[in-house]
Amino acid sequence: MEVHRHLDEELDALRVSVLRLGGEAEAALVRTMRALTERDSVLAREVLDHDDEIDQLEVEVDRQCIEIFALRQPAARDLRFVMAVAKMAPVLERIADHASNIARGALDLNKEPEPKDYSGLRKMGEIASSMLGEALDAFTRNDADAARAVIERDAEINDLYNQIFHELIEMMTEEPATATRNARLLFVAKHLERIGDYVTDLCELTVYVAEAAFIKHSH
Amino acid sequence: MSTSTPLLTQKLAVPSRAALAARETKIAVDGLNFYYGRTQALHDISLNIPSQMVMAFIGPSGCGKTTFLRTLNRMNDVIPGTRVEGSVLIDGQDIYDGGADVVDLRRKVGMVFQKSNPFPKSIFDNVAYGLRINRLTSSKAELEGRVEQALQDAALWTEVKDRLKSSALGLSGGQQQRLCIARALAIRPEVILMDEPASALDPIATSKIEELIVDLKKQYTIVIVTHNMQQAARVSDLTAFFLLGKLIEVSTTEKMFTAPDEKVTEDYITGRFG
Repeated sequence: MEVHRHLDEELDALRVSVLRLGGEAEAALVRTMRALTERDSVLAREVLDHDDEIDQLEVEVDRQCIEIFALRQPAARDLRFVMAVAKMAPVLERIADHASNIARGALDLNKEPEPKDYSGLRKMGEIASSMLGEALDAFTRNDADAARAVIERDAEINDLYNQIFHELIEMMTEEPATATRNARLLFVAKHLERIGDYVTDLCELTVYVAEAAFIKHSH
Repeated sequence: MSTSTPLLTQKLAVPSRAALAARETKIAVDGLNFYYGRTQALHDISLNIPSQMVMAFIGPSGCGKTTFLRTLNRMNDVIPGTRVEGSVLIDGQDIYDGGADVVDLRRKVGMVFQKSNPFPKSIFDNVAYGLRINRLTSSKAELEGRVEQALQDAALWTEVKDRLKSSALGLSGGQQQRLCIARALAIRPEVILMDEPASALDPIATSKIEELIVDLKKQYTIVIVTHNMQQAARVSDLTAFFLLGKLIEVSTTEKMFTAPDEKVTEDYITGRFG
């Protein structure tokens, strides 16, 4: 059983790595939203500076997955787990990329007069980060039901996005002078909406690991 | 037996797959119990093996997979004190029926063993052996044609065609095993049973045997016992998992290796067994 103890250790190490990557993506999202809504440019730059480290974590998860595939030839639940992690890593990295893009937007926005109201975007950011946190918890617990519940919440983000989109377009029409600023806010909203989609992808992979069921494109 | 039936005729569900459903059942086993004296080695095995597919039997040593393989051509008959209950139908005929012809059965169901066992004769005579004793050819030319065909089907012809009169014992291990496959193919069986056919071979010889298995299923129904799970994954369409003389689970190989139904199967496949 020595060989299998090694496999278990490697799978545990992989789990730790991907959760670390997930934790960093979640932290980047929380920090970037704070940088935006509290107009904290120093924090926005920190988010950007940290992105390389997150990229390295993704590469490390990739390396571990390839090594396990090549040397251990995992099967059944192990195969599903490693496969899912290999697909999760780039998704988490992209979530962090969106957080970086929001940070870039924040740096520009912070140079301009403060927008009237950040509450819609703040709400979107809160939902996105709580969905991401719950998605990572569901993955850790191998809990398909919890993952499905997170997927349901993507509709909340989409609704908020549509609402913010229309408000910003309306403002741009009414006050053309605010167009640049509002376009930047629109990009922020779009980044958050995409993060919701990526969290959904993560949850679909958790369902795959737990139940061997492919639910992608079926909800 | 011409009806399409689920692989396992009772207890366990099997995923439907169009390709599988379209196959005729070649071998139908129902309620099979097998005893060595008072020891029961197989318990109530029921499964169907579809025509022109490769089914792999996997499971830990002593799980009954080889014993079960050998019930499919009555190879266990030669062991004193053994007893079989239940039925094994090949093309709808029960091979354990009182009137069943064992010689005819073994011609229809060929076997390749773990250790290659060529006769201490020439390459040609090894392959011609079954044809001669069964008087299956009527002329020298026909005999030579059948031997060549069998060697070609076993992917050995190009390697031995210039030394057919040489001793079979001079061939490498992998060539000897392919010679044994050629010997089994020469009498044109319909089913080939393989008991760990590549376990004694190096990776290159193994891959030749595996390619051969995949090629042969176009014409034959193949059942292979293997300890090598990657081999089962590579060559078989269907996999059956045995444990302690019981058939635990049978499904498409793809499902078996990605999402088996039973926890004990999962434990075995992922190497966490025992």
